[in-house]
Amino acid sequence: MLKFIKGHMASIDGIEIFPLITLVLFTTMFALVLVWVFSLKKAEIDEVSSIPLQGNDN
Amino acid sequence: MSMELEKFEYDNSIVKKFIIVTALFGLVGMLVGLIVASQLAFADFFNDYLLTKYISYGRIRPLHTNAVIFAFVGNALFAGVYYSLPRLLKTPMWSKAFSNINFWGWQFIIVCAVVTLPLGITTGKEYAELEWWIDILIALVWVVFGVNMFMTIIKRRERHLYVAIWFYIATFVTVAMLHIVNSFELPVSFMKSYSWYAGVQDALVQWWYGHNAVAFFLTTPFLGLMYYFIPKAANRPVFSYRLSIVHFWALIFLYIWAGPHHLLYTALPDWAQSLGVAFSVMLIAPSWGGMLNGLLTLRGAWDRVRDSAVLKFMVVAVTCYGMSTFEGPLLSLKSVNAIAHYTDWIVGHVHIGGLGWNGFMVFGMLYFIIPKMWDTKIFSDKLANTHFWLGTLGIIFYALPLYWAGFAQYFMWKEFTAEGYLAYPNFLETVTQITGMYQLRVLGGTLYFVGSAVGVYNLWKTAAQGTFLPAEADEAAPLKTIYAAKKGEHWHRWIERKPVQMLVVSLVVVAIGGLLEIAPTFLIKSNIPTIDSVKPYTPLELEGRDIYVREGCYTCHSQMIRPFRHETERYGEYSKAGEFIYDHPFQWGSKRTGPDLHRVGQKYPDSWHFKHMRDPREMSPGSIMPAYPWIIEDDLDRSLTLKKISAMRTMGVPYEEGYEDYVYAEMDEQAQGIVDNLANDKVKIDKNREIIALIAYLQRLGTDIKNQNIEE
Repeated sequence: MLKFIKGHMASIDGIEIFPLITLVLFTTMFALVLVWVFSLKKAEIDEVSSIPLQGNDN
Repeated sequence: MSMELEKFEYDNSIVKKFIIVTALFGLVGMLVGLIVASQLAFADFFNDYLLTKYISYGRIRPLHTNAVIFAFVGNALFAGVYYSLPRLLKTPMWSKAFSNINFWGWQFIIVCAVVTLPLGITTGKEYAELEWWIDILIALVWVVFGVNMFMTIIKRRERHLYVAIWFYIATFVTVAMLHIVNSFELPVSFMKSYSWYAGVQDALVQWWYGHNAVAFFLTTPFLGLMYYFIPKAANRPVFSYRLSIVHFWALIFLYIWAGPHHLLYTALPDWAQSLGVAFSVMLIAPSWGGMLNGLLTLRGAWDRVRDSAVLKFMVVAVTCYGMSTFEGPLLSLKSVNAIAHYTDWIVGHVHIGGLGWNGFMVFGMLYFIIPKMWDTKIFSDKLANTHFWLGTLGIIFYALPLYWAGFAQYFMWKEFTAEGYLAYPNFLETVTQITGMYQLRVLGGTLYFVGSAVGVYNLWKTAAQGTFLPAEADEAAPLKTIYAAKKGEHWHRWIERKPVQMLVVSLVVVAIGGLLEIAPTFLIKSNIPTIDSVKPYTPLELEGRDIYVREGCYTCHSQMIRPFRHETERYGEYSKAGEFIYDHPFQWGSKRTGPDLHRVGQKYPDSWHFKHMRDPREMSPGSIMPAYPWIIEDDLDRSLTLKKISAMRTMGVPYEEGYEDYVYAEMDEQAQGIVDNLANDKVKIDKNREIIALIAYLQRLGTDIKNQNIEE
């Protein structure tokens, strides 16, 4: 009976690679973003984060 | 270096237009919501005095969801973007004409929805009910919005793209992708189309869309607005810009995978379910990162929250965002989902998000923008306070009764007696038990609605006492056209400086998730275990199914029995993926206000269904289902039947060639059989009535494998 809800994918070649791709992709991306974020300089960050506060509608 | 400042003007009139329709459609959408809530809470009153097909629950519940999502929140999104984007980029919107096409096009779409949905013109897919040509209009208007936004970004005078703009870009790109992929449908006529996908695939695509509509229509644009308006209202930069970058990338990457958590324990393949759960749980990190970033922006300035209506609304909004993004991952755990799915808990959950996060963000934003654009102060702080408290109480009175109702109903569904029988075998008992909660929910909705009306009045008076500034002057130095990268500059600068790169990278990030999640299900077409005895619907059943879709039966009835003992005891054999291969669109539903219908076929005699549709209380005293007298009175429109058969064949449903020659004869024969059955039970009815087709469909449901001996 369980064959109706389990093992749909069994006959696709290499299906087990999908979750692995997912994990690798996300971890890589997350690591890259972290590296980048922590390499940003304070002055740069202050400059960008003050953009909304410029202008004459404050 | 020439630093000559250029003068330019921001266009406030387009923002004003969007604000007006936001307020208008907000009130209308909430009012429709109140009506549908009342239909459940005071069913007898509506059946006795207000029974008309055009406001039947199944037709106007989609009207409510479409109105609040696309008309209220959608117009607010445009208002917010058209206000903040030019100011963040120090340039006016690229094209006034495009801004206006965006505005009028969107309003036209809303009018189309207001007309078609009550008429029962629907695709039958939740949150994507609008018919094919409206889908095309939506795509066109959305592209106009995107082009206008991108050209503005390209013409900017501020080199950096502030994080709010990333959220806007991700919104545009992803919504475009989701809408187009989910809207593949084959038109049969101007007012009727079938989803290109069937069954399991349709469900997966639909909830990939549905969940990410929440993510990229209701969340990302409002996070962008949060990153703009909270710093402005608090007059200090965001707590951590670094965190906002991590927030952005992690959120858009993770969100796109989470859709399958809407389909746990269904016939959806196991691996897709698990993937959805894993990513949903991970989502809590970026969501809470974003929430904390918003709230911590106010550190050391909390005293301002006391005096600022803008901040008050936004603080509660962000808090509600935190609550619903904690609840979301919780609900996607399989064990919790087993309880919550199909119950009112989900409805409570989405309204924390809808009323709290979206609604309060919108009003916070309006309380900020309107005094600025009309050069005045808020008309009455007292009224703003009243609005705030009515709204907040409204959210609580809305959500709590539904949490209660959800749990109460679940525990009644699954309770067994000592002898091993269902303690509440009659589904209706579990409904009448919670009507008190439905009534309390109406109270909550009313509080929120009255609060919003007070708010709109206050904003109206604010505008009336000020003077509208149609254009606002500003000046800034132009960007140098050739920008030499500084030595040692970080690589991300490359993305950040160039909006097109940003768009491409965002698209890649969200497309990866979409592809990896959906592609396998397309590969498995031949791998969904086909069940020999599952046959296409007969023409009469197909027409009956279209009536089922038209009346929005899926808004209250599921067609998906989960593999739990209490469900198989109550409804019968659990649902298999292979049973839905001819279902364009799938009708699994997401809420059981009434019982599951997947195995209702042959459970009752034809006359039971006839009487039940005429007046459900005749067969089930105390039922809150509306009566459907028009289905009994109206003749079935058979003019499209042949086209429907051939459309189905185009999509791979194996109707033999030449079948059209005897379709009508077969319909007549099947209809006559039902008429005879009814006559035996002393019900006289013409065989051309809609009810005959509907009975044919209902009696077919789930029967294909009923007498099958399924091998282990």
